[in-house]
Amino acid sequence: MNIVALFKLVPDLVEELEIDQNGTALNTDFLRLIINEFDDHAIEQAILLKERSGARVSVLGPDIEGADDVLYTAASKGADQVIKLTGDFQGKANNHAMARAVASTLKELQADLILTGVQANTDLDGSMGALLAEYLDMPYVGYVSGVNTVDGKVVARKEYPGGLVAEMEIKLPAVLGIQAAEQPPRYVAVSKVRQAMKTATIEERPLAEADLSGGSTIHRMFKPEAGTRAEMIEGSADEVAARLVGIFKEIGVL
Amino acid sequence: MITTEAVERSFYDKVLAATPDGEQLRVCLECGNCSGICPFGYLMTYPPSRLIAMIRANRFNKVLETDTVWMCVSCYACTAVCPSKIPLTFGLMTSVKEELLLAGNVPAELQTALANSQRYGNPQGESPRKRADWAKDVKPDIAIMAQAKKQVDVLWFVGDYPSYHPRVLSTTKALAKVLNALGVDFGILGPDESSDGDSQRLSGERGLFEMLAEKNGKAFGKYQFNKIITTDPHAYNAIKNEYPQLGISYPVQHFTEYLVERLEQLKPMLKREVKAKVTYHDPCYLGRANGIFDQPRALLEAIPGVELVEMAHNHANSLCCGGGGGGMWLDGFQWEKAHARMSEWRIQEAVKSGANILAVACPYETPRFEDAVKSLNIGGQLIVKDIAELLAESIG
Ligand code: SF4
Ligand code: SF4
Repeated sequence: MNIVALFKLVPDLVEELEIDQNGTALNTDFLRLIINEFDDHAIEQAILLKERSGARVSVLGPDIEGADDVLYTAASKGADQVIKLTGDFQGKANNHAMARAVASTLKELQADLILTGVQANTDLDGSMGALLAEYLDMPYVGYVSGVNTVDGKVVARKEYPGGLVAEMEIKLPAVLGIQAAEQPPRYVAVSKVRQAMKTATIEERPLAEADLSGGSTIHRMFKPEAGTRAEMIEGSADEVAARLVGIFKEIGVL
Repeated sequence: MITTEAVERSFYDKVLAATPDGEQLRVCLECGNCSGICPFGYLMTYPPSRLIAMIRANRFNKVLETDTVWMCVSCYACTAVCPSKIPLTFGLMTSVKEELLLAGNVPAELQTALANSQRYGNPQGESPRKRADWAKDVKPDIAIMAQAKKQVDVLWFVGDYPSYHPRVLSTTKALAKVLNALGVDFGILGPDESSDGDSQRLSGERGLFEMLAEKNGKAFGKYQFNKIITTDPHAYNAIKNEYPQLGISYPVQHFTEYLVERLEQLKPMLKREVKAKVTYHDPCYLGRANGIFDQPRALLEAIPGVELVEMAHNHANSLCCGGGGGGMWLDGFQWEKAHARMSEWRIQEAVKSGANILAVACPYETPRFEDAVKSLNIGGQLIVKDIAELLAESIG
């Protein structure tokens, strides 16, 4: 079975975000990118499936700063093939454009099972998995937290609100949006990653020209603005409590 | 064909090779001193002496199936008592952790700290760009080397917890105040500084340690200074004993060592009385590992009003706070196994000594001991202060 795990890089929220002068995008000067957390789980799930029932795992993502680290780390975890998608898609690319462009690569790779994070904090026009499934004409299940392979099919665990869990059998080829792998992404020792840098080769594959249709347009990007209706209560614990009681009485809940 | 036996044989050889004086493993007397003194030895499937027995019997595979080696907090107590002078802490225990780590047998909490150290250069996962933010409201301005563009006498290696931890920031600022009072010409690396990596090394991540050391080595190389002082005994231990093996050699002192050399100048500044019985906790990596016992005590005794009393375990016999060797990042894991905290044992001893202040000299300790005071519900009886804080208070 060919499993492909697809990742994207998103702004690392450990660093403060700044908005650029035009007010429609993030200032990239100080931006540091990190693998989308859900995609990291998708890679872990792919490796777990390989370890459990054997598979060929390919990991691919866009050729932007930080991609090499992700790919070498994936190789040291056990990915068989690591691929960087090259092309001029930085900045303006939306998920529609990416999904359309990646679809042809996924066909070349003859993917049976495509795993990707269920969402990312940069998703403005829908999630990657669902779009991919549409362009590849494959079934899609999102919010998956556990996958097993059984007789050429997969069984995915999906959690619902209220503590319900469903197990769904899905025919391959299929796309799954991973919310969580069965175990948190494993830590790889620095020495192993350094080893992978010497032994693994990152393949480069050009992406087709981006077709941006279907995406959204950003008119204004801004930090959350403080609402005017909030009242900040200050003072000692007793004073705050007394004021709260007063407010509850005013609005008639006490 | 590679047999298990061959693999185990090779581990034996590897431990021997990886350990300075590793040949010493062969001379273990099986006296059991090490396992007896180990604070969590009673919870380990294979405490040091049994580990050696397993390795000698080529049964290391069994060890790899267990996880209780992660109870080791690299406190150096076993190493200090071994009659055969076997380098147990940084040799045996650390090599075993390394094997467990490579085999993927690592508690999740520790993984997070290691991954953070890899990515952000600090185990807490704080923004590296904000490493010197604590200095913003300190007057006079603290020289950050990249901006100050000048030579300094002393490069102050601030450290991870002193740079970010809300409780430890007070120690950091206190030390800045003492250095300024003495007119020391000093600077800090700020965002150029990375974790010293010592606790990562002692939790088995040698590669990460080397990566962090290389980064710090590069940063040191960019600037002109005469010596390094550290807030943190772990940083001191790394820069003094480990970095030189990687070709990074600088004179280094722990701040207590540095200040004692200036005690005559400092003494007249210590004007305010700190009327208290004070007991001093020897940090493992200042005391047992590096033999610095007297300097911190001399500083405390110089503070007017301080009456120094000793706990039952003191000097080389000191108990560990539980934060070393990755213990700082294994609290949940160790609690599950032990349902006890080393820091609480120590606090109970401090209370018994009759002290009202527990003085410390390691940034891991203030938060650990304060938490223990809270969980033992003895607030009011004992307060925890870093020596730097007590000195700053006395300067006023
Ligand atoms: S270093 Fe300390 S915790 Fe580790 S084995 Fe030795 S005595 Fe035990
Ligand atoms: S203290 Fe030293 S000689 Fe005694 S059992 Fe432990 S390692 Fe062996």
